[in-house]
Amino acid sequence: MSDRTLIKKENSVLLMLRLIGRTTLGWYDKVMSGIRFLGGMTILLGQILWWTVMSLVKPDIRFRRPALIYQMVRVGVRSISIIVLVQMFIGIILVLQMAPTLDMYGQLSSVANIIAIAVFRELGPLITAVVLSGFAGASIAAEIGAMVESEEVKALRAHALNPINFLVVPRVLATVLMMIGLTVISDVMGIIGGFTTAVGFLGIDSQVYLQNTQTALVAKDFITGLFKAGIFGLQISMIACYLGLRVTGGAVGVGKATTQTVVFSIVSLIATDCLFTAIFYIFGL
Amino acid sequence: MVTPVIEVNNLAKWFTDENHRRSRVLHDVNFNVFPGETLVIMGGSGCGKSTLLNCMIGELHPDRGSIKIFEKDITTMDEFSLNDIRKKFGILFQSGALFNSMTVGENIALPLQEHSEIDPSIINIVVTIKLEQVRMLAHRNKIPSQLSGGQKKRAGLARAIALDPKILFYDEPSAGLDPVTVAAIDELIISLSKKLGVTSIVVTHDMPSAFRIADRMVMLHKGKVLKVGEKREFEVLRDTPAEELTDPNDQLIHQFLLGLGHGPLTDSEGISEYEKIMTDGFI
Repeated sequence: MSDRTLIKKENSVLLMLRLIGRTTLGWYDKVMSGIRFLGGMTILLGQILWWTVMSLVKPDIRFRRPALIYQMVRVGVRSISIIVLVQMFIGIILVLQMAPTLDMYGQLSSVANIIAIAVFRELGPLITAVVLSGFAGASIAAEIGAMVESEEVKALRAHALNPINFLVVPRVLATVLMMIGLTVISDVMGIIGGFTTAVGFLGIDSQVYLQNTQTALVAKDFITGLFKAGIFGLQISMIACYLGLRVTGGAVGVGKATTQTVVFSIVSLIATDCLFTAIFYIFGL
Repeated sequence: MVTPVIEVNNLAKWFTDENHRRSRVLHDVNFNVFPGETLVIMGGSGCGKSTLLNCMIGELHPDRGSIKIFEKDITTMDEFSLNDIRKKFGILFQSGALFNSMTVGENIALPLQEHSEIDPSIINIVVTIKLEQVRMLAHRNKIPSQLSGGQKKRAGLARAIALDPKILFYDEPSAGLDPVTVAAIDELIISLSKKLGVTSIVVTHDMPSAFRIADRMVMLHKGKVLKVGEKREFEVLRDTPAEELTDPNDQLIHQFLLGLGHGPLTDSEGISEYEKIMTDGFI
């Protein structure tokens, strides 16, 4: 073998080793940042619970009711029109997609049962959460991120005010509460969307539709949906606050946190939904 | 002997970047701050001034050494004990750091609402007094985005003195301001210091401003204290011709104080050490 061929072989081995090394380090960094994220979120959850409980039981730590109400209006009330619109469309789409297949089996009126279950157990909380992650989650991350960049968070600490208690707790509680409230609205609007299409467009009798909806639904459908909604609200707000508080690098950092909030929220929402659906299925809930 | 209000002993701080490289930002920093004096901490960009200030206000935890404020070591304190100390000092941040969602008046009222049991009507009076002291009463109902840079600093100062602090920290009070506004802010710092009897610690690299307000000065370079002394000593160093200075540290301080383009801080290509520090890190 000539010297040239040997050098070439040696170079390609080195190149390969370098590639393997870089890829391994890249994956290591990704895994580590994932672990850091989960660890950070767990610590944040602990801090939120601690400050919430302390503000309720210790008189010298204030429970920030005005901030909570302000955030509820900001997160929830302003989202109502979007939730109403989106969930109405979802109801209409579901009916129109199901109708031809059900009609083939002479079960057109059963569309009401399917819509009721789908909306109350799944689509009500999930679609509301997805809308809220884009609407409120992104806005919370951008707001807190901008506060970090303009030294407002540092100023809070310097004035002996804890940013978790002052900024995070009202936003998280407001998102959880409003997520539950918005899910109720979302459920109702999904049913109304389905009802108007089924009755007005497919000619299903309104009494039959309402009766089938009533028959299909039991209390646990409503409760499991609202339970999921609360957890989704917690997820969205915690991700937004966590990423907002970790902003670095000016406007670019704020933009990155906002985008990451929406992406991480949607992925984690669907993963959590999948987990809950499996748990509810196993326990027959 | 007068007991120092702040004692910084053997303070060291390292930072680790995303490539896991550790760099030392503060090297065994030692100095004291005495009651009622105005101490100016100066040095070029990246010399560790802001890190030092952040350690002193409890925002950063040093890796070694101690910072005693009112004889209590804040580096070993928990959040609640640290907050008790924080209530005794005020900080004027570089940008003013006003809460953008609140009016100027609400910004100043916030520390009073949070840390005192004062009646809202009294808080209202206190806010008026504080705004009067910084000559910002006319802007009470404005939100921070409606204020100029100098006005934001004045409002930030009013908030910093809301709880009648014993110590005032100033982070680059002249940053981003025109010379006339800087002079006005300096006068305000001097008058507040005299009227309220507070101890002031000012971090700056604006030399005219530093010489106007300082009683004593600390020169930081590459995270180390080059010199601590009376303002007069630094004035002598500034006014002595470079050729007459034999100590390399004195030559370096001389160049910095006069803001000269040539000297020990600048290489043969005319690039200052501070520029290199900002791009490469210094240790």
